[in-house]
Amino acid sequence: MDHSPSQSTLLPAVDMRGITKRFPGVMANQQVDFVVQAGEIHALLGENGAGKTTLMNILCGLYEPDEGEIWLRGQSVRFQRPADAIAAGVGMVHQHFMLVERFTVAENIALGQTGRGWRDDARSLHQRLRALSAHYGLGIDPTAPVWQLSVGERQRVEILKALDRQVDVLILDEPTAVLTPQETKGLMTILRDLAAQGTAIIFISHKLNEVLALCDRVTVLRDGQRVGSVEVANCDAHHLTELMVGREVNLDRPDRVVVEVADRSPLLSLEQVSTVGHHRLPVLQDINLQVYPGEIVGIAGVDGNGQRELEEAIIGLRSLTQGQIHRNGTLAHIPSDRYSMGLIPEFSVTENLLLRDIDRFPFSQKGFLRPAQMVKQAIALVQQYLIRTPSVHTPSGTLSGGNAQKVIIARELYRNHPVILAAQPTRGLDVGAMEYVHAQLMAQRDAGAAILLISTELDEILRLCDRIAVLYEGQIVGLIDAATADVNHLGLLMAGKTQVTDDPMMSEKRSLQTS
Amino acid sequence: MTSNSVASNSVKQFPLQRLKPLAPVLGILIALLFSSILLALSGANPLQAYQELLSGAFGGSRQITETLLKTTPILIIALGLAIAFKARVWNIGAEGQYHIGALLGGWIALTFPTLPAILLIPLMLIAGGLGGLLWSGLAGLLHLKRGVNLIICTLMLNYIGILLVQYAARVPLRDPKGFLPESAKFVAAARLPRLGDSRLHIGVLLALILVGLAYVLLWRTTLGFRLRAVGAKLSVAEWVGIKTGRSILTALLISGTLAGLAGVIEVSATYTRLKPSISDGYGFTGILVALLGQLHPVGVLVAAVLFSALEVGAQSLNVSLQIPAAVAGVLQALLVLGVLAGQAIAQREPTA
Repeated sequence: MDHSPSQSTLLPAVDMRGITKRFPGVMANQQVDFVVQAGEIHALLGENGAGKTTLMNILCGLYEPDEGEIWLRGQSVRFQRPADAIAAGVGMVHQHFMLVERFTVAENIALGQTGRGWRDDARSLHQRLRALSAHYGLGIDPTAPVWQLSVGERQRVEILKALDRQVDVLILDEPTAVLTPQETKGLMTILRDLAAQGTAIIFISHKLNEVLALCDRVTVLRDGQRVGSVEVANCDAHHLTELMVGREVNLDRPDRVVVEVADRSPLLSLEQVSTVGHHRLPVLQDINLQVYPGEIVGIAGVDGNGQRELEEAIIGLRSLTQGQIHRNGTLAHIPSDRYSMGLIPEFSVTENLLLRDIDRFPFSQKGFLRPAQMVKQAIALVQQYLIRTPSVHTPSGTLSGGNAQKVIIARELYRNHPVILAAQPTRGLDVGAMEYVHAQLMAQRDAGAAILLISTELDEILRLCDRIAVLYEGQIVGLIDAATADVNHLGLLMAGKTQVTDDPMMSEKRSLQTS
Repeated sequence: MTSNSVASNSVKQFPLQRLKPLAPVLGILIALLFSSILLALSGANPLQAYQELLSGAFGGSRQITETLLKTTPILIIALGLAIAFKARVWNIGAEGQYHIGALLGGWIALTFPTLPAILLIPLMLIAGGLGGLLWSGLAGLLHLKRGVNLIICTLMLNYIGILLVQYAARVPLRDPKGFLPESAKFVAAARLPRLGDSRLHIGVLLALILVGLAYVLLWRTTLGFRLRAVGAKLSVAEWVGIKTGRSILTALLISGTLAGLAGVIEVSATYTRLKPSISDGYGFTGILVALLGQLHPVGVLVAAVLFSALEVGAQSLNVSLQIPAAVAGVLQALLVLGVLAGQAIAQREPTA
């Protein structure tokens, strides 16, 4: 990471020129120019399928571009494999961490580094990593096994890995998606530090407020093309959204008249629900929650605090050790794990859209499918829910994450079930799609559905919910009225720091630890 | 009008995607190349050998008849297995189900020799199908109720089924007047009617009809939809409310029934009696044919004809060029490997 500053300020750290990449049926990147200076934090913004990931995969050597050139600090480069990119100083922290859980931090970092007999000089490796970690304030112990680390720490291991390989261009693909607000703040400090020492940082994100808080410049992609690059100082969230989506998007909390529900009975009711996980450890403890028709109740919390178990308990995939769940009416379920629960990848979009309804007329009659009717319905849903797919016969496994999610949402919501369980419904979705999903949920709410929204996105919870329950280590540690909710207070609850508050709901749940 | 925009998009396809269906063809070519080397090593001119193989299987109406007769049991079994495998139900027990079907059907033929053909034949076919169904159902119960691995129990029930036929032919159903340990010859009414004056029988026709039925079942019925969903992703199928256990059992029973049907057709038309040996390993060949046919009924039809042609042709190869008939087995195995490898490579393409 030794820069001759004169050079690095003169020549851009990354200069991608006229990058074009085609995929089956898709133009992923079309004549994209992308320039990042050394010491700059540069956001790459765009909707799902806009071509951000493709562009970055080209930069880190996973794909070769069909057309275009890559220049690093004034030198033309061609990457045929990720190792070439790393050798040239480009490192990427992927959304899914590439770590071996059983290995220590140092072992993971040594893994895949050629020409270094790490076992022989484990001590010097540990020393080097410790020094690096301290220098950038990462707080990572190189001897710790990865399975003991939290998600945030694992992410910092990935950063440490890149630093150890002496990258001066660091790409982070939606790094904050898995972090608490506090961890996100910590990450931002680290990234600013890195940039101050000359590293060029490319920050892929959907979250505009983070981009605005952290980045120096933004490049926006739409439909595989570069819409523009702007200085963050000269723009705001609305402007960026318009650039991204090509129209105005409103993600503010909408005003709404709360319907009086006191005399109505809850459609979904959890009473003292407890369940155990691996090793018979309790993962949900004494959950009490009622969801009334016409409201959205949010479950806030950092991922891994029992959200998955709560979801499974409600849909009946997990047996309870105590308590009861009552549901009045059919359930629509948007699963958090769309890969193992939501879609059959090799089935077509049509087949996935009708997965639940295949036994119903007009899609089948006396056991025989009616393909014309199925396709007709699928085309209607594809258009209504803005699913971008080459055709309704395309296998859903080839769709982008956002469009796959739209397929699930279309299937679950179009039948207007009275109870809706939406778990991480907008994870990985762009603002346009997110706005759409939110609108769908709100429309269902206004039509009288009882909605339980499990989300790790605080913004989403705050925007949509009427009441917010915070889940921490399998317990509901707070139940708050969303209209008067305070972000800092919520963040502290999510981190398990139960404070003395004026909220009457809190008094019984107040734990002994106060910080 | 609105549908046009979606439909027109589907026309845009990447050229490599279009070539994907050709991957099996490439696999076949590679398999043929390897077998050429083997043929050359055994002292024959590969081209001449292939020509001999071809004319041995399709060279005249006698050869074609022979190939089609051989195709019939393999095709019926493989269609059933294709349905089962599509649901990821690994029924390795078609050989046993085939034997039990033959046994039950044969028992009907021997017990009711006075019935007219119009009654006896349907009765035998039903009994044969039922035999296969029961035998596969036994494995299904062990699997679903007791958690026994399905591959193990279907595989093991093969041997019991085969041995039961051997026992029946030697002891209870043995022809007391005969020298050999086999049953009496079936009465004429118990033999499948022939098509015109050829040796082809209605079983061949039935097999062809079953190709269409299997296709309709898999892609045009809700049952087929559920079976495919269970096979493609069990967790999702379960989550959307498909009764997965029932689907697995259904797929297994369909494949068992078809194997049993193949069994009774073979003893009725080819062996015309119950003997200790009534199969050329059709139940196992059927597995390969189902896989080679990519679990698609039409593919299975092509693969079944190919496999039986190889076996029939290899016999004439043996006679004319003194090449061991086992070469057919080698070729078959290479073909399956080549096609499956080609398929695997084709599926490894990155997606957008």
